[in-house]
Amino acid sequence: MSASKPKAKSMDRRRFLQDSARGIAGCAVAGMGLSHLISDARALPAQALRPPGALEEDEFLAACIRCGLCVRDCPYDTLKLAELGEDGPATGTPFFTARDVPCEMCEDIPCVAACPTGALDKSLDNIDDAKMGVAVLIDEENCLNALGLRCDVCYRVCPVIDAAITLELAHNERSGHHAIFMPTVHADKCTGCGKCEKSCVLPGESAIKVLPMRIARAEAAEHYKLGWEDRNPLVDELIDLPDRLPGPGTDNLAAPGGFEPSFKLPGTEGAGQ
Amino acid sequence: MSGKTKLPVGQEAIEKFGWLRAHRFLLLRRASQLLFLGLFLMGPWFGIWWVKGNLSGSLTFDILPLTDPFITIQSMVAGHWPELTALIGAIIVGVAYALIGGRVYCSWVCPINPVTDGAHWLHEKLGMPKGWQPKRGTRYWVLAMVLAVSALTGTIAWEFVNPISMLHRGLIFGMGFAWAFVLSVFVFDLFISRRGWCGHLCPVGAFYGLLGSKSVLRVSAPKRSECDDCMDCFAVCPEMHVIAPALRGQDGDTPLILSPDCTNCGRCIDVCAMDVFRFTHRFDDTPAPGRETRTRTQPASGASRAA
Repeated sequence: MSASKPKAKSMDRRRFLQDSARGIAGCAVAGMGLSHLISDARALPAQALRPPGALEEDEFLAACIRCGLCVRDCPYDTLKLAELGEDGPATGTPFFTARDVPCEMCEDIPCVAACPTGALDKSLDNIDDAKMGVAVLIDEENCLNALGLRCDVCYRVCPVIDAAITLELAHNERSGHHAIFMPTVHADKCTGCGKCEKSCVLPGESAIKVLPMRIARAEAAEHYKLGWEDRNPLVDELIDLPDRLPGPGTDNLAAPGGFEPSFKLPGTEGAGQ
Repeated sequence: MSGKTKLPVGQEAIEKFGWLRAHRFLLLRRASQLLFLGLFLMGPWFGIWWVKGNLSGSLTFDILPLTDPFITIQSMVAGHWPELTALIGAIIVGVAYALIGGRVYCSWVCPINPVTDGAHWLHEKLGMPKGWQPKRGTRYWVLAMVLAVSALTGTIAWEFVNPISMLHRGLIFGMGFAWAFVLSVFVFDLFISRRGWCGHLCPVGAFYGLLGSKSVLRVSAPKRSECDDCMDCFAVCPEMHVIAPALRGQDGDTPLILSPDCTNCGRCIDVCAMDVFRFTHRFDDTPAPGRETRTRTQPASGASRAA
């Protein structure tokens, strides 16, 4: 017996190593399968909108436990939990489809209040600050207003009327003597509630759609400056460029009677007079 | 031998105590499973909103938050610190199961339990071979894998496939194709691995087992000296390896079933005609003499091998 003891020990070690290797290999294979499934499930379809206050999709899937309490407290049955294979978002997570039932923008935001984990961020205390998405007039060729008619429905139903959607007047080139009342979305005011998309009178798809911010919005480059909003010069010391200001006596506009420049550079007082 | 030479499991107990008593914990368990499902279904079906949500997270009487601690831990590992409501809910659930036995969740609450019990019933009816039997530690490997994937992907990983929440949420909020996961578990247990899912793989069970490894409520075998080796408890137990240390222990060994794998389902109590088992607490030190050594056919060693 004593002779076989060290042998048994080495067998134990061998077996331990074998079992560990099998365990690790099994976990690696299963884990890769699971990760692949997760990466597939993360692709949120464009028309699935998250409830107000939802964290960014990446963080949302770490935070949402899929309990459905937001769905239960939604008084308009806007929200539903995604069902496997039928809805796009990750199984069991809350979403809504604006064309079916839009968000009614309750002032007390019951869905956010109901969320136990913070997947819907409690720091959203004014529903007008919600950013569920942003409306985009996506089909100007079929939008009745864009064709020169007066539908105006998306504008009329907008809970942030005249701020999130305005009607911008333009000349109707086709008729020659009418106006076009172009529905125009202002993304900073739009909450993405989807009432415009729901109400669009076109059969089937809506001409105006709420898209997630990640799809709808571009970003200005960091160094861009809109000179008409930001008067600060780009560099501290003004580089002295040759003055070619519009106005009487200069040659770049029909002068006299040219327009006064809308900006004034330092040291040019009276140059345009 | 046709394998039909012995009595059906629990037959002696039924003859001795009657059918009802020989199934009391099974019936109680089914009632409990129905109760927990029913509480959640009362809202959507009858508009009585005592309980909202599902097993992952719920709110009872608009005041009591409950959260699945395993999901909460995955969420933390994924990089999200949940709000206080979820944390309190997870602590309440965690403490409760730590006291009454973590795997009480498995046998008294989990909606997958009737599914795998059904698969096992059919498995026995069809006389299927037991098939692939993963090692005892496999579920802990799966548990570790789930936590690793949660951390790596930054998501609550198991909820993408968890058949428990698929079924429970499916029944309450709408099923979609989630039934496919439930069917897979049934088929897996029926054809591939006897008691494979709940007994060997499910990381939720592994987690709750660890959670309740020092639980107060325990099954014990105080009258183990009267065991007549009918083997019914081993046959009916979903985690049969937990019985032998208690039942076959000698005088000095504890009669308590202390393995974290024990689900406190109470079926061993049901089927024992000698009334060997009962529920008690882990500090119960009523003396429980072991059996006298028998000279017959060394059933004890045979039994522990079967376990």
